[in-house]
Amino acid sequence: MPWDRNQMAARAAEELEDGMYVNLGIGIPTLVANYVGDKDITLQSENGMLGMGPFPFEGEEDPDLINAGKQTITELRRTSYFDSATSFGMIRGGKIAAAILGAMEVAENGDLANWMIPGKLVKGMGGAMDLVAGVGRVVVVMDHTNKHGDSKVLRECTLPLTGKGVVDRIITNLGVLDVVEGGLKIVETAEGVTEDELRAATEATIV
Amino acid sequence: MKKVYGSASEALDGLLFDGMLIAAGGFGLCGIPELLIDGIVESGVKDLTVASNNAGVDGFGLGKLLDTRQIRKMMSSYVGENAEFMRQYLSGELELEFNPQGTLAERMRAGGCGIPGFYTKTGVGTVIAEGKEVKSFRGEDYILEEGIFADLSIVKAWKADETGNLVFRKTARNFNPPAAMCGKVCVAEVEEIVPLGSLDPDKIHLPGIYVHRLIQGEHEKRIEQRTVRKREEA
Repeated sequence: MPWDRNQMAARAAEELEDGMYVNLGIGIPTLVANYVGDKDITLQSENGMLGMGPFPFEGEEDPDLINAGKQTITELRRTSYFDSATSFGMIRGGKIAAAILGAMEVAENGDLANWMIPGKLVKGMGGAMDLVAGVGRVVVVMDHTNKHGDSKVLRECTLPLTGKGVVDRIITNLGVLDVVEGGLKIVETAEGVTEDELRAATEATIV
Repeated sequence: MKKVYGSASEALDGLLFDGMLIAAGGFGLCGIPELLIDGIVESGVKDLTVASNNAGVDGFGLGKLLDTRQIRKMMSSYVGENAEFMRQYLSGELELEFNPQGTLAERMRAGGCGIPGFYTKTGVGTVIAEGKEVKSFRGEDYILEEGIFADLSIVKAWKADETGNLVFRKTARNFNPPAAMCGKVCVAEVEEIVPLGSLDPDKIHLPGIYVHRLIQGEHEKRIEQRTVRKREEA
């Protein structure tokens, strides 16, 4: 059985180590916060906050306290606030240990496309290009194939790039792959998924 | 020098002209200069270029200036959630320059610091790099981005004293300090102007040197995405 959204998030949470400062993208990556357990992880929100807390209780929403997805959130005892230039200074400066992001396509050389489909409505890259260029480690979490069954793990990206050669690890519903010299290396498969099944769903070179 | 004005229109008097570049603070609808945007709508000034991370929503924030067609060009990182924006953009009435969010913030900060250009690795190898100088430092490629020097900055803070020292609240700080810094003139709106001496000098987020005019007023502070959890989940 391939992993579901929550199992993918749980697997991605294993990437995080005690003491890390981490940025989580929108979608499945947001769920990763539910699986960090006892690990001491500080979440960054690139609109200007370290130490992001959970959603507020009903009636306690604060319009001055939102995350990068514009959702109302809360602060923690460790929280600090800063302006956008400082926020991206710490991102570009490599102070954020890891970013966990969704993707439309990933290529075997680590190229990432997740912001634009030509001919469709383009909303913008937000902070994604800065994040993938700057953080210590980029982990992509996504379905292995699109809704037509085509592989999203490619030899080369077909969509406009968010970053070139930036991805370190890919976690999909079928398993985990690392970007290495010459292609992708299978790290593990989801329980019940064979290596052959994972290879068959992958267009990229597996080494 | 008197910085405190009675209304947005008074504070903007003499500062606006057609075709000007305005830098605006705010992220989504959080920490946006609502009152000054209303003042600019009232003034009727047009052909504006606005550098702002987002473009508001239909009928609120910068969305108001889009409704009145006063904006000719936006410099932004993310412009979803705005149907009128998309309509004008797709019909070619509105120009859009996408900037990665951190690049936009740094372009403002740099402009405010007298830095006309800087190299960043954000966007290397993407469409953002097209037409930009690429330079290698320590074996890695970086692209040249230019500082933003705005004709006017409009920002929103929580508290100010009458000399323009500003204090922001939580994530409403966001783009406001860099936006304030990059304008020839900066007008700030705050929820409260407090007596001189009542702000702790060690806790000023933006020194008053960056703020030329100041107003106080009521803010709607609309929430874009209300997300909550139930008490029993605690």
